[in-house]
Amino acid sequence: MWTWFYKLASPPYVYGVAAALIPWLLGGAALAMVYGLIAGLAIAPPDYQQGEAYRMIYVHVPSAVLSLTIYTVMAAASAVALIWRIKVGHAVSAAAAPIGASFTLLALVTGSLWGRPMWGTYWAWDPRLTSELILLFLYVGVMSLRSAFEDPSRGDRAAALLATVGVVNVPIVHFSVVWWNSLHQGATIVRLGAPKMPGSMLWPLLSMWLGFMLFFAAVLCIRLQGEVLNRERQSTWVREAVKS
Amino acid sequence: MISSSFWAMGGYARYVWPCFAFACLVLAWNLWAARRFRVAAQLRARRAMEMAAVEET
Amino acid sequence: MSVGALEAFALVVRRELCLSFRRPDQLLQPLVFFLIVTTLFPLGLSLQLSLLRDMAPGVLWVAALLSSLLSLDSLFKSDADDGTLEQLALCGQGLTVIVVAKTFAHWLVTGAALVLASPVVGTALGIPGSAFPTMMLSLGLGTLTLSWLGAIGAGLTVGLKRGNVLLSLIVLPLAMPLLIFGAGATDRAISGTPAAGALYFLAALCVFTCTLAPFAATVALRITLE
Repeated sequence: MWTWFYKLASPPYVYGVAAALIPWLLGGAALAMVYGLIAGLAIAPPDYQQGEAYRMIYVHVPSAVLSLTIYTVMAAASAVALIWRIKVGHAVSAAAAPIGASFTLLALVTGSLWGRPMWGTYWAWDPRLTSELILLFLYVGVMSLRSAFEDPSRGDRAAALLATVGVVNVPIVHFSVVWWNSLHQGATIVRLGAPKMPGSMLWPLLSMWLGFMLFFAAVLCIRLQGEVLNRERQSTWVREAVKS
Repeated sequence: MISSSFWAMGGYARYVWPCFAFACLVLAWNLWAARRFRVAAQLRARRAMEMAAVEET
Repeated sequence: MSVGALEAFALVVRRELCLSFRRPDQLLQPLVFFLIVTTLFPLGLSLQLSLLRDMAPGVLWVAALLSSLLSLDSLFKSDADDGTLEQLALCGQGLTVIVVAKTFAHWLVTGAALVLASPVVGTALGIPGSAFPTMMLSLGLGTLTLSWLGAIGAGLTVGLKRGNVLLSLIVLPLAMPLLIFGAGATDRAISGTPAAGALYFLAALCVFTCTLAPFAATVALRITLE
């Protein structure tokens, strides 16, 4: 049962699996996003309170959820790499970091553009916005630490430790709207009980979320191929893989 | 083709459309940067392979 | 002769304190920096005590954070430079005990000193005497937590050139919740509302960090020393 886990520890296996998955992931992402955008922008009705402005939810929420998910993936891969000394974990972590940082930036910018018409300000020092900004700093810190070392494997391990330590921020971001008085809306979907959103608005949102996840997986695979090659440059399997 | 009221987004167009445009930009950057990274890694690996072949001879 | 963990702890703390007091100017630098930074805010913002009082908790805490960060670089650096750190790692006591001792000694000469200096600075910023106990307690808990977060960062960056900039970049995001609760507790004490909630949260953060950070810092040092 655990053979798939052991296989994933092998760099050439991961390289091959990533290569095979990329077109499927990109295709699935495109389908999900096309449906999500059409249904979300054109078919879903305007909101009672926010009018047409609420449609920014279709990029803001998926990007925010992705920013947290990607950090968790990065931290989990780092922890696996540190504890079981599986080098592929470092490759996954290094590949995920820039993608996660870009989605965090996207969440902050889309949130800012949404905040201006709704709250009257582009920015507020609100618990959720502040903790999301801290998340961006954590991503940048992990990437900077990795690149600061001349020895790449030492850089990998240092960045892995930092990523693991920083994962405490992820629940802080998620629960910030519960623990503190926040300007930001509370949990609408990931909560006990039924989601607080009507189906016509919810399905495009879930579709965009799925699309973003598949897109992340695709880009991760592309970057992972590069990261694996960089770490295994001297191996014989690389010669075969690169000849084609 | 698409009615002007769709583009107007109930008056919020100056927030909604830049929002989606930035999202497209981020997604496109991700794809482009990842591809560029992979190509660079493949080039470096090929160069290392050639150097090793030269050293063997 | 074999030495127990507690004895090793005491020995290392004594060594660190001896070394620190041998260079009194190095000892005073973070404290002076703390005083200077707190002076900058009134000069830059407003000279009226009534207005300063509103900003005082934040100013105090930012200054404490920055001066703690300044001194963190020296936590492992001098020992790493002359090879003592490797010897300590190999001495058989367990690196964690050494790390706990070094960090605790470091906090004694930096964080604890800041806490003792805070009434002086607090008065200068217009904080009323009634808020001092909360202020000092929150600073004490906060600087201890910060010393531990800094120990992780210092362990990760000890071998790097320009490591202290990276150290700040790593530690500050982790320290932000600390700032929010610490300044919040002091703020509440100034306005007279009960600060117990914020203090409890600060204490929880401190306990959480003091329990887990030693292991993280040890792993960080092993990564650097290998």
